[in-house]
Amino acid sequence: MFPELISARDLQRPIDAFVNGLVTQYSDVLRSLTQPLLDLLIWADDLLRHSPWWAIIAVVMAVAWLGSRRWRFSLAMGGLLALLGAIGLWEASMQTLSLMLVAVAFSVMLGIPVGIAMASVRWIRAVMLPILDVMQTMPSFVYLIPVVMLFNLGKLAALFATVIYAVPPVIRLTDLGIRLVDAEVLEASRAFGASRSRQLFGVQLPLALPNIMAGINQTTMMALAMVVIASMIGVRGLGYEVLQGINRLQVGRGLLAGTGIVILAIIFDRITQQFGHRQHTRGG
Amino acid sequence: MNKIEVRHIYKIFGPHPERWMAAARDGLSKEAMLQQGGHTLGLRDISLSIEAGHIHVIMGLSGSGKSTLIRHFNRLIEPSAGQILVDGVDVMGLKPRELEKFRQRKMSMVFQRFGLMPHRTVLDNVAYGLAVQGVRRAERSERARHWLDQVGLSGFEAQYPHQLSGGMQQRVGLARALATDAEILLMDEAFSALDPLIRHEMQDQLLSLQSQLNKTIVFITHDLDEALRLGNRIAILKDGELIQEGTPEDILLSPANDYIESFLQDVNRGKVLNASHACVERSLTLTMRTQPVRALERLVARGYDYVAVLDGKRLAGVLMRADAKRAVQEGARDISRYLSDMASVPASAGLDEVLAHLLRTPEPVAVTDDQGEFVGVLSRSKVVELVTPSASGDASRQAA
Repeated sequence: MFPELISARDLQRPIDAFVNGLVTQYSDVLRSLTQPLLDLLIWADDLLRHSPWWAIIAVVMAVAWLGSRRWRFSLAMGGLLALLGAIGLWEASMQTLSLMLVAVAFSVMLGIPVGIAMASVRWIRAVMLPILDVMQTMPSFVYLIPVVMLFNLGKLAALFATVIYAVPPVIRLTDLGIRLVDAEVLEASRAFGASRSRQLFGVQLPLALPNIMAGINQTTMMALAMVVIASMIGVRGLGYEVLQGINRLQVGRGLLAGTGIVILAIIFDRITQQFGHRQHTRGG
Repeated sequence: MNKIEVRHIYKIFGPHPERWMAAARDGLSKEAMLQQGGHTLGLRDISLSIEAGHIHVIMGLSGSGKSTLIRHFNRLIEPSAGQILVDGVDVMGLKPRELEKFRQRKMSMVFQRFGLMPHRTVLDNVAYGLAVQGVRRAERSERARHWLDQVGLSGFEAQYPHQLSGGMQQRVGLARALATDAEILLMDEAFSALDPLIRHEMQDQLLSLQSQLNKTIVFITHDLDEALRLGNRIAILKDGELIQEGTPEDILLSPANDYIESFLQDVNRGKVLNASHACVERSLTLTMRTQPVRALERLVARGYDYVAVLDGKRLAGVLMRADAKRAVQEGARDISRYLSDMASVPASAGLDEVLAHLLRTPEPVAVTDDQGEFVGVLSRSKVVELVTPSASGDASRQAA
């Protein structure tokens, strides 16, 4: 037995006290502060569920076409989405999709600036790397407990959990992409007197774009992987269907919903990949 | 006036360069500094003056600090100590905004691996410096087209850099640098990545552009032939120290130490040195009006077989000793009718050309300048000595 140097209880107690204090004192403030977020989530959910199904399919096909400029690819994506509806998962898919879109949007808005900061300032990178490791490996239930205590069960807690889990790839790949930009090209832009922002937007970001797109692709995949866990804190959708299947030992229900998640993942993956790929071929 | 002046530049790479400055000033060697303190001595006490309108070559092997030095001129690298003056302005004193302006207007740069932006078209690449200056799109396209045309790349405007060959990419790099109308052009091993044929072509192009534009060019290279071909002056660096600085002739004819001498061994000297280096100004020349008796006297007194005869400052011909005797016997008033034609080469002719000339004829050869005025007579032994210094050295040693 390893000698007990510090009792575990002594370590745990202040943490518990801190979280409890946070919940009792700041819960209301936090909730009112995050109300716009919740409104956004509800709005997105309503939008997707109440729009006619053909409109959603048309939008997805249009986005697919923009990414690839190929009609067959666009048709295939539309077909896959229609398949989701055909096996009776339209409503659940739209609920999942709305949460995912918001989560991915937040991850990208957060991740790209953080990635840029990491690539340009050495100490930020030194601080962020271990934080990213924690975000990716810490079991999500560990931070779900305080998040749920603060925000209650529901969409908002799920959004936090999803963003925390899904944001590291886009941060890492933005950082990597910028650091991989040919030093001589960047030096050339400095030598011609480009300002810092011109270097960033004119050279670093465009050249890092294939990597950033790969990061966004990975982030969407990770976000999808969180839907089952999100369903455990009360979000309806495909994950909830899987959970119901497990709870009631209905293998078929679970399998179909699982397939739905896979189909959604394929649609997202292929479309984001097409965007990254097209950037790549244009840039050479 | 000197366009660029650097004074006592030191550069030490590492986390605490200031702690090692004193040691660097006292002459601690590069190896010792690396071993004792993990700092790399990049440059030690470099002072250089670069004259306006000159091509100033900075030469050295890899690791000699030449690329580090050129980046000090536009402060892409900050010196650990020292002063940099461009047009009399202290570059070290510029604030960030002023430094950007300075880089936009005063200097442009050409890079070894081109440094082109892969996501922009050739035209946009050439216009990049102008875009940074804030020139309107229509005007910068027009100016970029002009420079693309100057480097022989019209028709490639809409291509992307990766669609062009290496030589063409570097032409784009050159056009981009010229488009900003900066007076100073920094070229960092600009032609080193190109194959020899293209490199030679690019050197020609640079020289012909330079004859029209008259920029101040700082040219970095590791290739001595290139340095001798392009440079008005050459500075040679080794391990971050300036070893010798001078005209190509200075360096070829009086290398400062063994290191430079070993460099010079493989150089095609015949291409760099010209007839003016191998001619001897004879103390004796005659004019057309000289009396034959006087002429013969002088020839005999000096033991010469022939003497050059001038008409004013121009070369009239050569008087051979036999002809001088004949003139005396025939009782001529002057020597003008007894001259033979004398072959001549221009002073700017390369020694390889001169050598071919000397092999063809045993007759003496005169050297004349651009205006056809007489400079001197070629010395055969001097030509041989200059073209192959080690061979003639060996020969004289054997003879002794």
